[in-house]
Amino acid sequence: MSQVTIKSGDNESVIELKDPAIAAFLAWLIPGAGHLYQGRTTKGLLFMICILGTFFYGLVLGNGKVVYASWRPNDKRLPYLCQVGAGLPALPAMLEAYRQRHGRPPLFGGMMVPPRFPENNNGKDELAEWHKDLNRNFELGTVFTMIAGLLNILVIYDAWGGPMQYAEEKKDKDKQDDKQKPG
Amino acid sequence: MMLLAAINQLWHAAPLIVAISLVYAGTRHEDPQAILGHAVRLGVWITGFMGVVAALLFVIAWWL
Repeated sequence: MSQVTIKSGDNESVIELKDPAIAAFLAWLIPGAGHLYQGRTTKGLLFMICILGTFFYGLVLGNGKVVYASWRPNDKRLPYLCQVGAGLPALPAMLEAYRQRHGRPPLFGGMMVPPRFPENNNGKDELAEWHKDLNRNFELGTVFTMIAGLLNILVIYDAWGGPMQYAEEKKDKDKQDDKQKPG
Repeated sequence: MMLLAAINQLWHAAPLIVAISLVYAGTRHEDPQAILGHAVRLGVWITGFMGVVAALLFVIAWWL
């Protein structure tokens, strides 16, 4: 069991973080789930709605193609490193990449499947076609899903160690204590 | 027409600003009132910053 004390004006409240490691893992797996596990329901629901809403809005904008895992020489999908911060919603991309490498058909109607390139797609460059069809929505969808993943990193930290205000206030208090020390 | 098309695209920024403000503020406070207050201030700040950058770019584009 772990807990932190939060000061808000004259009020002081104690937050039960339960097991911070489990809370952080749950917060990564499903945004907001770590807070729900800790009983911080309002914040859990807020994070869940905001982060999953942003992630799925981006996914819809990008027609389900903007989240995919690829580490091929001609297509290193760096945005996925941010997108995977959103946890479970981004994980099918890894499964689809694995299935494609082993020649198996996609599971979710072609969503999150890495694009095929000319050498194994009858001369067609699928990524170029997606950019042409989706136009700027491909980039917008990528940005939305990346931001959702990055925001969840803040949420994971909050589930693990409590609100960052605590750290700031502690720093301020330490400074005040230093000033009050004689000499 | 080009400007109108660009303004239409900017509507995508609205849900993003709301989400970023609420999540960031949520990681700084525990009290819902404090979260909401911080989120509103941050949202206004982000919108203002984007407005200033957009105005600068517009002036530069018009001037060049």
